[in-house]
Amino acid sequence: MNSLILRTATPFLVGLTVLFSIYVLLRGHNEPGGGFIGGLMGASAFATYAIAEGVSATRRALVVPPISIAGFGLFAAGVSGLMSIAFGDAFLTGQWWFPDFNPDLKYISTVVLFDIGVYLVVVGAIVGIICALEEDG
Amino acid sequence: MLFVLLAPFVIAVLAPMVRQLTGSFTGWVLALLPASLFVYFCQFIEPVGSGEVLRFSTEWIPSAGINLSFYVDGLSLLFALLISGIGTFIVLYAAAYLKRHADLGRFLMFILMFMGSMLGLVLSDNVVTLFVFWELTSITSFLLIGFNHDKAKSRRAAVQALAVTGGGGLALLAGLLLMAHVGGSMELSELLAQGDLFKENPLYLSILILVLAGAFTKSAQAPFHFWLPNAMEAPTPVSAFLHSATMVKAGVYLLARMNPGLGGTEIWQVLLVVFGGATFLIGSFLALRNTDLKLILAQTTVASLGLLVLLIGLGHDKAIQAAMAYLLAHALFKGALFMAAGSVDHGTGTRDVSKLSGLARAMPLTAAASLIAALSMSGLPPFFGFIAKEFAYKASLDGPWTLEVTSVLVIGNALLFAAAFLVGAKPFFGSPGETPKQPKEGSVSLWLGPIVLSVLGLIAGPGNDIADSYFVGPAASAVRGGAMEVDLYLWGGIELPLALSAATIALGALVFAVSSSLRRALNSLFGKVWGPDQGYDQFMDGLMGLARALTGVLQTGSLRRYLLISFGIVAAALIAPTLVLGEALERPIIPPADFYIWGVGVLTVIGGLAIVLARSRLVAILSTGVLGLAVAFVFLLFGAPDLAFTQLMVETLSVVILALVIMRLPVDGKDWRGAPRALRDIPIAATIGVAVTVLLFSITSQPLDLTLSEYFAERSYTEAYGRNIVNVILVDFRALDTFGEIAVVVIAGVAVLGLLAAGSRRTESEAERRP
Repeated sequence: MNSLILRTATPFLVGLTVLFSIYVLLRGHNEPGGGFIGGLMGASAFATYAIAEGVSATRRALVVPPISIAGFGLFAAGVSGLMSIAFGDAFLTGQWWFPDFNPDLKYISTVVLFDIGVYLVVVGAIVGIICALEEDG
Repeated sequence: MLFVLLAPFVIAVLAPMVRQLTGSFTGWVLALLPASLFVYFCQFIEPVGSGEVLRFSTEWIPSAGINLSFYVDGLSLLFALLISGIGTFIVLYAAAYLKRHADLGRFLMFILMFMGSMLGLVLSDNVVTLFVFWELTSITSFLLIGFNHDKAKSRRAAVQALAVTGGGGLALLAGLLLMAHVGGSMELSELLAQGDLFKENPLYLSILILVLAGAFTKSAQAPFHFWLPNAMEAPTPVSAFLHSATMVKAGVYLLARMNPGLGGTEIWQVLLVVFGGATFLIGSFLALRNTDLKLILAQTTVASLGLLVLLIGLGHDKAIQAAMAYLLAHALFKGALFMAAGSVDHGTGTRDVSKLSGLARAMPLTAAASLIAALSMSGLPPFFGFIAKEFAYKASLDGPWTLEVTSVLVIGNALLFAAAFLVGAKPFFGSPGETPKQPKEGSVSLWLGPIVLSVLGLIAGPGNDIADSYFVGPAASAVRGGAMEVDLYLWGGIELPLALSAATIALGALVFAVSSSLRRALNSLFGKVWGPDQGYDQFMDGLMGLARALTGVLQTGSLRRYLLISFGIVAAALIAPTLVLGEALERPIIPPADFYIWGVGVLTVIGGLAIVLARSRLVAILSTGVLGLAVAFVFLLFGAPDLAFTQLMVETLSVVILALVIMRLPVDGKDWRGAPRALRDIPIAATIGVAVTVLLFSITSQPLDLTLSEYFAERSYTEAYGRNIVNVILVDFRALDTFGEIAVVVIAGVAVLGLLAAGSRRTESEAERRP
């Protein structure tokens, strides 16, 4: 799409949206948000980029093919589930660590990794579909 | 025990590599596996012989009562020894038989996997484990039968075997689960120890029919006997293994195993004796119709399976002894004969009995093995086959239906006698005939198996004391479900069974003498008669036709039609309960609402009207966005920011994606349906709209069950350390659901990409063709 306004605004819009989507992803456990919503926001950011700058620019910006991002997300979610087996719990039981050496870092948990996996799946799949549709359309 | 049963599968995967590394020694190296399994099982002979039953169990899904549990008693041990023992020679034989075949490694992999499945099947105690191994034998035998997959006949035979035995397997699963339901346990040993529990249960008939459906299809009982001869498309080592001691015996094993729990009733006796007897006669007649060595042997296998089913059906002690003795005898002579027939084929280039003669000089060892095995098969003293046949006569004379069963046995055995000489003796005597290849003896791997197996059948005759106390006795006790003294003997005095044997031999010799004219007569009589094999084709064609017709109606490729069908069915499903059941509709209670909620409602209506009235597709899509926005507002106003947020994003992205899709569609400017289509579509749309509205009102007028909400609210922070309940449910409480969903998202993404790529490839190739 050849719109000067859109093309000028896009870099800022996309950067801010992606940043915000990651913020939404990470705060999701206690405030409204989470991997799914964050993923949708991230996807809309890249969709904007694809509309403004074209598909090949988007693919270059992502470096990795979008569908591989989705696949990696599924893999990460699976790994986060398998971790609990190493601790003798059932598949996908959340594991939590509360490290006391750093008061700012409240916890590390497999659940966060799972949510990141969801985020990547949503971003990858939707951006993949949008790129493919726009490429040959 | 679990490791022992896993070993064949592990080694199987390595088989192609072993072939690369060891070259012409592949057979000897890989045969070490079944040989060591055989030695392993030998350690159980002594304890099992003294009446012990050994149990091994590993937890699999203990909460559902499913365990990897195995037990060794007389019956399973006899089978395990036969499978691993004959398996050793089969591996050796196969490596020599297919020496120059490019895919020998893969072939041996299938053989070893099949052997592992078969061992698991006969040793399983848990019904689910039994079923899993049962299906594994079907799948691995499918791979083996279809090994020459470039031949259409092989493919058909493989699919046929899989369809028949796999279909029976499903019936068996239902039967086994019913048994577990009635008996309150998943372990066969516990189920079968409960005496008359099943026979007195009203579900007995269902259980019996389902289990028999599994056993009869696997063991090729009429009318399912057709798949077995067709399976001869497989390379000979497969036939020798599957049809002597393994695959087809699985059904017999199942019947023998189930005998203590299901056997002994009148219906059991009638079904098994009638089907077994019919199969016995059909198989032995069909054997004489053929001239192909392997086909003759295949049909005699069908016959022998019929005999075994018949004997198990009779069910009294003598019949069970006879069945187990015959099982052992048959495994030995049939394995030897199949391998010898393969060697003849290998050496001469033909399997046509009418062309083969005088091979004894060129192939002395194969000839000796064949002849000994054939003598055992024909039931001449002092071979073990004689004892088995003699005891079968003793059993039939004890009734029930003495006259009928005995006549069937005499006729069938006489025909088998003739078939045995046709296969095992005729090719080797007389003046040498013309064959495609100059006959010569094969390597040691090719004749070792037949020699050992046939000689064992010879030794077991005079050595019947060892055979009965270590093998036949414990097996018969297991089948009966209680200890049984078995004393086999060669000479029982001049009695009726001996006279019947003499009559059989005389009749058999006569049939052999006239076998070629009998074959011509049989072929001219039944040459073109409809049989179950054609029935199978007709059934499959019918199934394909039905699928094609249904696809033609439903999958027209028109998106409008799909939507029409989907929404039509939804509309019908929504109004059907009210119309059919006469359920009174709740009077809708419309809760009081603030003015801004009404405002959102008005927005929704405007969006809906805009979609319907839109003159171009793009406007319609944007209008759905308005509708979705209104819904997001509702979520926000009722305190679900997460949901509203998601709804907003989903709406935005779907408008983008839909717009992109629309751009690819052939757009004719506007999208306006004419009056006839509108008349058809409006009632469907109106029905769904009204029905969903009414449904929602009636659901919300019910008191809300808050148990789950409270549960999650209570534990969200204490157990999962999160205050956002929605997110905690998604990633923790119900993480498995989410995991499934994201897997679906990835799969859908890959599918969309694939479809788009395929679509653009097609347009490209069409574009190339056009100029």
